[in-house]
Amino acid sequence: MKLTVNGQVHEVDVEEDMPLLWILRDELKIKSVKFGCGVAACGACTVHVDGEAVRSCQTFASDVGTAEITTIEGLGSPDALHPVQAAWIDHQVAQCGYCQSGQILQAAAFLSETPTPSDAEIDEAMSGNLCRCGTYPRIREAVKTAADKLQEV
Amino acid sequence: MSRIGTITRRAFLVGSVAIAGGVAFGTYLYRKPAANPLLDDLAEGEAALTPWVLIDAEKITLITPHSDLGQGAVSMQAMLLAEELDLEFGQFETSPGVPSPAYYNTAMATELAPFNAHDTSVQARAVRGGLGVLGKFIGLQGTGGSSSVPDSFEKLRTAGAVARETLKRAASERSGINTTALRTEAGKVILPDGTAFTYQELAADTAGLAPVRKVRLREPSEWRLIGKEVQRLDILAKSTGTQAYGIDLEVEGMVHAAVKVNPRQGGALNGYDASAALEMRGVSRVVEVTGGAAVIADNTWRAFHAAEAIDFDWGPAPYPAEMEGHWAEVAASFTEERLDKEWRHDGDVDAAVSEGQAVESEYRAPYVAHAPLEPLNALALFEAGRLDLWAAHQMPRFLQQIAARVAGIDIGQVHFHQQYAGGSFGHRLEFENVRQAVEIAIQMPGTPVKLTYSREEDFAHDFPRQIGMARGVGTVKDGRVESYDLQVATVSSSASQTARMGQPVFGPDGQIAAGAWNQPFAVPNFRVRAYRVPELAPTSSWRSVGASTQGFFASAFLDELIHAAGADPLAERLRLCTHDVSRKVLEAVGEISDWGSSLGEGRGRGLAFVDSFGVPVAEVVEVTETEDGIRIDKVFVAADVGTIVDPVNFDNHVKGAVVWGLGHAMNCEITYSDGMVEQANYFDHEGMRMHQCPEIFVKGLETAPKVRGIGEPPVPPAAPALAAAIFDATGTRLREMPFNRFVDFV
Repeated sequence: MKLTVNGQVHEVDVEEDMPLLWILRDELKIKSVKFGCGVAACGACTVHVDGEAVRSCQTFASDVGTAEITTIEGLGSPDALHPVQAAWIDHQVAQCGYCQSGQILQAAAFLSETPTPSDAEIDEAMSGNLCRCGTYPRIREAVKTAADKLQEV
Repeated sequence: MSRIGTITRRAFLVGSVAIAGGVAFGTYLYRKPAANPLLDDLAEGEAALTPWVLIDAEKITLITPHSDLGQGAVSMQAMLLAEELDLEFGQFETSPGVPSPAYYNTAMATELAPFNAHDTSVQARAVRGGLGVLGKFIGLQGTGGSSSVPDSFEKLRTAGAVARETLKRAASERSGINTTALRTEAGKVILPDGTAFTYQELAADTAGLAPVRKVRLREPSEWRLIGKEVQRLDILAKSTGTQAYGIDLEVEGMVHAAVKVNPRQGGALNGYDASAALEMRGVSRVVEVTGGAAVIADNTWRAFHAAEAIDFDWGPAPYPAEMEGHWAEVAASFTEERLDKEWRHDGDVDAAVSEGQAVESEYRAPYVAHAPLEPLNALALFEAGRLDLWAAHQMPRFLQQIAARVAGIDIGQVHFHQQYAGGSFGHRLEFENVRQAVEIAIQMPGTPVKLTYSREEDFAHDFPRQIGMARGVGTVKDGRVESYDLQVATVSSSASQTARMGQPVFGPDGQIAAGAWNQPFAVPNFRVRAYRVPELAPTSSWRSVGASTQGFFASAFLDELIHAAGADPLAERLRLCTHDVSRKVLEAVGEISDWGSSLGEGRGRGLAFVDSFGVPVAEVVEVTETEDGIRIDKVFVAADVGTIVDPVNFDNHVKGAVVWGLGHAMNCEITYSDGMVEQANYFDHEGMRMHQCPEIFVKGLETAPKVRGIGEPPVPPAAPALAAAIFDATGTRLREMPFNRFVDFV
């Protein structure tokens, strides 16, 4: 089957029920997409499918079709940061960092839908993304900073 | 694959140096520095000025042997080296180096001493000195016990200064100008006329120079990096998906492995039928490992999937199959035979209790999992008698010993490559993933095997925190706490853990009383007794170890007595406090939380103080009782670590530790049924999510005489402060974790 990831088309030969997570990680070697739970309980594997944040561990090969898949590499790079990434750096959010690609993708999709979020909306949108290190206070601040930055763009 | 391996093959010997760790060793033998591992196999063109600094014509590499579990250890170690070496962030690379006795932890073993961390008596210092010798003797390289900063603070600044002064000597020989006229700045030695030599230019010149041993460390007023807001070295990578973790490694020809091991931990494997698994797509073989089997496949998911298809016949658990059996054993442990140690007895508790109206309470703390977000994993390659291992681990030298034993090879043939960890919280002190990866690799020589745990396997084999109970009896008199008698009974996670390391420990386990006996309160009659529950389910160190449960018991019981006395929780603790630094911490939390101000209807606040790992921490939690349950509004934290090395990381860490302490106290327990852990994934044991996370306000003090680590100490006060706040708001006393068994949270 064909898969469009960060604008590039890839041909993969996988089972219909293989989760997108494992297609990305083990077939396409895109390791920024993290495995945390396998049951959509932690959000570490979050990617965008046609701009919407989804849990790639519970999105199956057969679900993807011609949709555009975006991983954090498609959002921004160390040389060309997305405003959400820039905010994550300003606030020095990460500790272990393992959940942060998923957090950033979740926040980016959320802010594109909700450009001026309330505190309660931020909490609700981000509560599916688990951070075992407990960086939530900084994530909150970074989401607010990113919202402001995106308004300026 | 190892960068250090690559470097040293074309490196060049300069000579080893004494690393003044600030530790006074008991005998001459142990004064000798351990060999510098960077000097092995050096070729031309490089200088290994100390075990922590490697310079060649192209670049400077700082060695950061404390493993980075997310706590920022790499950045912290580099900061201390760069401070004295006059390097800016961006002018060097880092490497975890190779496991070596040179990197023994000067602070880890000494904390095992059965003395209050603030006790500076001759006896306490002598015992700590002896343990320091032991740590050096066994080459105890380890990360844990909030010891990375205390271990590194003098040692790495000294190493940076030694390298700096040696580079100045090289510049002096080259220029003929006395070293006293030279200065260093931003990776260069600068002559009086402004001529500058980069450290890289001088690397070759340092050949044959005896490294300068006598160095002066800079005064705090001269620090450029320590205590300043700098950007952690890994922030960019961790904000762009470019940070690689052990689980992300890919090497040529690698296969994926998934294990399924008896979920009755430590139980036998009687047999298995893997015929269905072997038929599945991508599966190449199934190999036996201790207690179970591993599927080898071309994709992690295919390996997970096939492992589920194996039909196993497993033996029973070597511990009670149901929780009732665990709790019964704990409850039966308050006996003379199981008394591990009476840690404290001031005054006469029995006489005091017989006189007054006694307050009696019983507390419980369940097993809890570590569950770092990156599941355990390891990459192993066994080829021609050599074993290469890639993983994130807190005890790399024990890991090598264990791997060598499993593979039946000499430890010198085990090459460990440290990785960044996606969290640990103590789980990466354990070795099961490594043992299994080695067991698989030796059955497939020449093939690199990457083992990845499914989340379910990770939960089933987590080695949780100790289970425990406490019984408190106390009295109050004239509005004051008069007597306090606490008995604590837990399994010994230390003994369970060190037995698996092959390093049995003897004597009482200080962790059973940690956070309880050593609290700085002069209750006139004060006794703490620790009872050791025989091993039940295997347990391990969990962020803040004994204090995570004992701090809850001790602080919660003190809170009940203060309430019974009709005293104010802060004022009474201040009245009882015998330790200046702790008093300042209590005063600080009172100030930032506006203690004593009115909160309004349906709200409550609670205070807890716990000293653990030598760090006094006080926390105030504010809650509101809402229609949807208890909401935690705010948490105020004050802590004193002596010197705050990295203020941004300090703040992030304290907040994370509060989230950790609260989230598990509210929502988490590991329970056993039919001998198996009942919690399979995060929906059963999720800690805290953002919607439950309060605003957290942090005040870091720097008045304590000794520098300490902050990774663990803010964890223990969180649970008792929350329990006290809930009592204040609702009148309900919570004496057992997790609290969500008794109250709802928003």
